Amino acid sequence: MSVDMAIAVSMLLPLCGAFIVLFSGRNANLRDSLMVLCTLVTFPVVLSLLPHVQAGARPGFELIEVFPGVPLAFEVEPLGMLYAIVASGLWIPTALYGIGYMRGHHEQNQTRFFACFALAIFAALGIAFSKNLLTLFFFYEILTFSTYPLVTHHGDEKAKKAGRVYMGNLIFTSVVFLLLAVLWTWQATGTLDFTPGGILAGHVSGGQGAVLLGLFAFGAGKAAMMPFHRWLPAAMVAPTPVSALLHAVAIVKAGVFTILKVVVYIFGIDFLAEGNLSLWLMYAASASILISSCIALTKDNLKARLAYSTISQLAYITLGAALATSTGVLGAGMHIAMHAVGKITLFFCAGALMVGAHKTEISDMDGIGRRMPFTMGAFFIGSMSIIGLPPFGGSWSKWYLALGAADGGNSLFVFVLMASSLLSIGYLMPVVARAFFFEPKPSSHHGEHGDDHGDHGDHGDHGDHGDHSEGVHEAPLLCVLPPCLTAVGCLLLFFYAGEIQALLAPIVAGG
Amino acid sequence: MKFAPLLIVLPLIAAPLCVLIRHRTIVRVLATATTWACLGIALHLLSLVGQLPVGETTLTYALGGWHPSVGIEYSIDALNAFVLVIVSMIAAVVLPVGPGTAADAIPKDKEYLFYTAFLLCLTGLMGITITGDAFNVFVFLEITSLSSYTLIALGKGRKALTAAFTYLIMGTIGGTFLLLGIGLMYQLTGSLNMAVIQEVLAGIDPTNKTKVVAFGFLFTGSAIKLAIFPLHQWLPNAYTHAPSTISAFLAATATKVSFYVMVRFSFFLFGSAYVFDYLQADRLLMPLAIAAIFVGSAAAIFQGDVKRLLAYSSIAQIGYMVLGFSLNSVTGLTGSIVHLFNHALMKGGLFLVVACVVHRIGSSQVQDWKGLGQRMPITMGAFVVGGLGLIGVPVTVGFVSKWYLVLGAIEQGRFVVAALVLIGSLLAVIYIWRIVETVFFQAPPEGSERCEAPLFMLLPTFILLGASIWFGIDTEMTAGFARAAAEIALPGVMP
Repeated sequence: MSVDMAIAVSMLLPLCGAFIVLFSGRNANLRDSLMVLCTLVTFPVVLSLLPHVQAGARPGFELIEVFPGVPLAFEVEPLGMLYAIVASGLWIPTALYGIGYMRGHHEQNQTRFFACFALAIFAALGIAFSKNLLTLFFFYEILTFSTYPLVTHHGDEKAKKAGRVYMGNLIFTSVVFLLLAVLWTWQATGTLDFTPGGILAGHVSGGQGAVLLGLFAFGAGKAAMMPFHRWLPAAMVAPTPVSALLHAVAIVKAGVFTILKVVVYIFGIDFLAEGNLSLWLMYAASASILISSCIALTKDNLKARLAYSTISQLAYITLGAALATSTGVLGAGMHIAMHAVGKITLFFCAGALMVGAHKTEISDMDGIGRRMPFTMGAFFIGSMSIIGLPPFGGSWSKWYLALGAADGGNSLFVFVLMASSLLSIGYLMPVVARAFFFEPKPSSHHGEHGDDHGDHGDHGDHGDHGDHSEGVHEAPLLCVLPPCLTAVGCLLLFFYAGEIQALLAPIVAGG
Repeated sequence: MKFAPLLIVLPLIAAPLCVLIRHRTIVRVLATATTWACLGIALHLLSLVGQLPVGETTLTYALGGWHPSVGIEYSIDALNAFVLVIVSMIAAVVLPVGPGTAADAIPKDKEYLFYTAFLLCLTGLMGITITGDAFNVFVFLEITSLSSYTLIALGKGRKALTAAFTYLIMGTIGGTFLLLGIGLMYQLTGSLNMAVIQEVLAGIDPTNKTKVVAFGFLFTGSAIKLAIFPLHQWLPNAYTHAPSTISAFLAATATKVSFYVMVRFSFFLFGSAYVFDYLQADRLLMPLAIAAIFVGSAAAIFQGDVKRLLAYSSIAQIGYMVLGFSLNSVTGLTGSIVHLFNHALMKGGLFLVVACVVHRIGSSQVQDWKGLGQRMPITMGAFVVGGLGLIGVPVTVGFVSKWYLVLGAIEQGRFVVAALVLIGSLLAVIYIWRIVETVFFQAPPEGSERCEAPLFMLLPTFILLGASIWFGIDTEMTAGFARAAAEIALPGVMP
């Protein structure tokens, strides 16, 4: 298989996967096995591109010319390679987990769910491999629309409202800011291709550049920069595998990936650094980091707390891009992978807690670690990685981000990063501590548990889980295995961080 | 080129033939065959125009062999060849659906009248577009108007009659204005041939009062027919109460042809220098266009009837066309002209979706559409595709139009206009999503069953909406001809 074909195949696989799921929907076992097979084939195909990219090649092909001079074209470069590996790699555990969760939770419309899921992966790969801004924008919007049915999966009033917030935020930012920025770039430079070193230098003035950067940064609404972050907590009504997709696999990463890619290949970090165009974005991102961390501290609902944690972590990446130093950009790129693996672990665990113990509120989770040691063990590891403690992957990206901030001579931002690490200890560790060190509250589930998750109707074993609190009582295997796998991933990433760094190094070397 | 007159002659002969034959099936086949033949000829003409050597823009055909100064001349360039394709394409796709829902209202033995009126309307629309004679425009315009009053009045219920009557009044005023304008132009130039008028008018002093008045009448006349805000009052009722297939046909073609008339008169006969530099029409048109986008979209949000919602959406979409017109640049006008095509696909398809639904459940009220996503999943899927097009989501034709329009605004440094266009397009999200939520999130009424529309109605819907995806990705043909047309309309204005 030639390289160009591998790119096409890797994108076609999830696309076909969506249709395979649709047409095999009558037989749930067949459908799910075919889907898992699809994920298992997609990942190696994506991986097969890696050696070429590492060797310095930039394989790609052009599909069709949409506007004169602006084709729908694909090209694999290091950053996109990383994002594609993250998205297609994490699709495997998410699919497995999805099967376990959706069945364990007796969810409706599973066929539609998995079909849209595959479509979202298709869109994510399209974003990863896009050669120009137009292609990226196309797939960015496909991603928005393909995930709408996922977010509103339950189809009730709450889901509808969340869907409105989701669509409203993402469509507004992408159409009004991102599209305008794309058109402006095209008008100013006459090209939309991602070019090492950037294309804007010399075409726009410093002031215009700063405005344009703002349009891009807020236009990539999936990056959930405050004040356009509302959709992310709202989307919590969706089933947990969707949260995993949103927070780790594809969606929010599409946002920060867009920002990073624009900074590196459209602006060029030299252009940003020379004019100091991105200083305001550093402050904005810092504010987003600190404010959302503080909000996370106040949330008792575990998924909501994790959602605000994501907003904060995404702003790390935006900050890294805005620093416009090579270590900052490297750290931001690495953080895409590190945060993805760490956060997906946490969400898997949150979902396992819901399926296995029907717990959604942190205050109910006293002593839960004794009943679900594997789940909470994985949660602990994921938390450590998010906080940035060795020996887990997250420590490296934070290290590079801090270095990048120091390189830029802005010790303030080093301080922001440190403060936020402390805050993340503050909002993640109590969960672990409660789970392992607190005595279980004997009757806690009677009072609060009923109205907290009215979004699923499975109260079948309502009476018995309090009694089992002494013994081990995990969620179904397919809900527990994936978080354990990704927790191991967090550990492995600590040792393979050098590989990622080496993969990404060329993008900052050229500029 | 020798086939050009057939474009008019074929439907003009087929129409009375329908009255003579009267047999339901034969009439239907005859009418369908006629529209398909017209589409073939229109495509042939478009390809001929596309093959013209560099420097030449126009193909002419002297009707009956009379010299153009005396007789009627058909002149075809990229602009009207493109519009001809739009009109005949929509007719060819929509007509086979037949009176559809109107069948309930029209007795089966009177169905031939539907086809007769449809073919006459088609004749008129093509005539307006193809002719190079100013008075001929008026003649064909009256044919179109009279037949479309009939078609609208075919709708169920008494309101169709009042809607047709309002349209008749407004349409007659518009037609009269056009006639007055043409008369004044004739007085000024002594000719009815557009090419001659163009030449003579260029030599007449811009301060000439008659010239201003002639332009005023022509412009207002075509603006009424086009339903530019605030002259749009007739449109929502007409589209709402007409049979759904007729709404699909008229929404996709009638306003397009009116826009063509406006472009032809303004950019060709009077010239952009006169209209924009001397009269500064953009100062009036641009605010009106933006107002149309916002008022039309905002009104659409509050409609309880899907047809009326789509009608108000049309007013907003006309706003986009007029906006591109008022930018007075090749990019802007390309956006307008390509939007003629794109909007025809989307709105035609969406009205056909309504036709499908009305055929099955007999109502176009939003509240009756609850849970239709479960009852008619394929039809509703088509609705979502069309709706995404109206919003201007990438991969649909709506995005292509928006791209050119916003780019046109940015080119001139009008960032506020660009932002307003983009924000305006978000209003479409609201009115489309209202339907989507009703259809997919609300439970269908008790005891209702799955009732997918029949294939003969679904197929045309799919053709139009499928094309709206296809031409959203492959824009070479559509945007190419639109650009060629814009370049002829604005000679000397380099992109």
